[in-house]
Amino acid sequence: MERITGRMPRFLRRADPAVATAFACIVLLLLIGSLYSSSFLSLDYLLLQLKVASFLGIIATGMMLVILLGQIDLSVPWVIGMGAMMACAAAAYGPLGTALAVPFGVLCGLALGLINGVGVAYLRIPSMIVTLATNAVAQGLMIVYTGGFAPRDTATDAMRWLATGALIPGVPNAVLVWALVGGAMVFVLTRTGFGRAVYGIGNSERAAYLSGMSTRRVTMIAFAVSGALAAFGGVLLAGYASKAAQAMGDAYLLPAIAAVVLGGTSILGGRGSYLGTVAGVILITLLQSILSVMQLPEAGRQIIYGAVIIAMLLLYGRAPASR
Amino acid sequence: MRDWRYWLAEQRGTLIAVAIFIAMFIIYISNHQAGLTANVVNTAANKGTLLALVAMAQALVVITAGIDLSVGTIFVLTNCVASYVITGNPFETAAGVALVLLVGLLCGAINGAIVIYGRLQPIVATIGSGAVFFGVALMLRPLPGGTVNETLADAMTGRIFGFMPASLLMLAAIVAVIWVPFRRSVIGRAAYAAGSSEAAAYMSGVPIRRGKFAAYVLAGLLAGIGGLFLTFFTYSGQASTSSASTYTLFSIAAVVLGGVSLYGGKGSAVGAIFGAFAFRTIGDLMFVFDLDALWQPLFQGVILLLAVSFGAIGLLQVRNRLEWFR
Repeated sequence: MERITGRMPRFLRRADPAVATAFACIVLLLLIGSLYSSSFLSLDYLLLQLKVASFLGIIATGMMLVILLGQIDLSVPWVIGMGAMMACAAAAYGPLGTALAVPFGVLCGLALGLINGVGVAYLRIPSMIVTLATNAVAQGLMIVYTGGFAPRDTATDAMRWLATGALIPGVPNAVLVWALVGGAMVFVLTRTGFGRAVYGIGNSERAAYLSGMSTRRVTMIAFAVSGALAAFGGVLLAGYASKAAQAMGDAYLLPAIAAVVLGGTSILGGRGSYLGTVAGVILITLLQSILSVMQLPEAGRQIIYGAVIIAMLLLYGRAPASR
Repeated sequence: MRDWRYWLAEQRGTLIAVAIFIAMFIIYISNHQAGLTANVVNTAANKGTLLALVAMAQALVVITAGIDLSVGTIFVLTNCVASYVITGNPFETAAGVALVLLVGLLCGAINGAIVIYGRLQPIVATIGSGAVFFGVALMLRPLPGGTVNETLADAMTGRIFGFMPASLLMLAAIVAVIWVPFRRSVIGRAAYAAGSSEAAAYMSGVPIRRGKFAAYVLAGLLAGIGGLFLTFFTYSGQASTSSASTYTLFSIAAVVLGGVSLYGGKGSAVGAIFGAFAFRTIGDLMFVFDLDALWQPLFQGVILLLAVSFGAIGLLQVRNRLEWFR
């Protein structure tokens, strides 16, 4: 083993085995897909997949920040819905509303994330239950707002442009937005005190606290960022579909968690890289795409989807045997 | 002399859940148009029993410091299975019931095997297995339908002696047959020990693997019984995403209201039952106050948020700030 690793190039030697496995699985999926249809390896198809992946990618970015703390954010589904609906709702209030639609949607998510953060950091309620409760509150607010019907407001042009336009010919804007968000997250995680504090808290909040970090503030901010990013993802999704929908976020909670974990981030916190999350997001998107191309019934897709996630985790996500 | 104090301290969560339930139920009944009639009680008992069974399942896993995000899908899957097999003469019906319970057990065993022998984190493992279970349910019942032996279904959801809801008796029997023996056995204690400190339990030679596995298997069984009851209430099976996710989420809420610590090792399934009944009653309060049904989800969410925030009062008693971080 030593001899083999010694001969490998440096970047491979330093790579996290989980991230490397995730990328290997992506290549494998592409190969399986190309056996099915030759268009799988075409540039158009890959760019389309990247575009679809960017929505999940932005949502998973926030989720990763929270998971790195050793917490979880289950309020993602209705924060997505809230961001989308509120952004579309703002568009109904004249030119000013149209101009502020995107920031307003994100701000709503930030506010809800802040409630999560206060609950987890200052009230010390387990994140699973706080975010569950705020998810119910967000759902309740949206149901009261829409009267239980599909919302009638439509997305603004700016939202549509962000999700479907192409600033650089050929590269969808959504991918650029994901790249910006991802780049910012990499910078924050690796180059700032906040990022180091996030990893520190994930490893041991007690130790982080004793070394003088304001652990509670960091936790609160992380949850607020997660809420804001989920809402932003919702805004983009609304732009993509040109309107918001009830329960539009339900399909994103589990894939977001799965993407982060498949990317090698420990669900217990403190360990993981953003590159892994990118790999996880692409992996999940490709898997979903291949399953839908194969035209399986929904039942078969669910079974394969669940089984593949478990199989991949068994491959490289296992806890150490000894204690 | 001091015995009752220890008992009180141990059962505090459960007793608080009982108190919340009684308070909520009194508010509910005193504002109900029909008042305290056998019919009102029966409906409330039936609705509560469904959630109580799923909450018990969740409690068993939570006690081992795990979480089962697939209880709702096991509940839906067994409902779909039951809508096929529980028909015909008494013998066939009994075999059908046994098959449904076996499916529940099997689902729980799969979860347990993945978490314990596969060494995956429960939260992600059950997300994956939940997708598989739901897929199977969809395969069985792409569209709602099916039948059930109506004599049995009516007996299970009706009243005994004219006032006692049969579902409550069944719930009591399930507690006596499943929960009490589990709690008192070595395996049950091992599940508690694994939840409160896995490392210490391992060092003391407690059979933690068997304890945790048993908890997952019994959780599957209880969720399966829940699915069986759902079939008795609805006379049909349906692979519904919304009921799977609702029951999973509500089961966590009920467990927390019922005084079971999400960090493991604390609480009991009996507490979870009362947590479930309390949660259901809170949800139904909307109807007796004649408010628009649209407000129900928001109301439930706010109540849940307030209820969990009350737990923060304990922070004020902490003398050493380090105790805040665990």
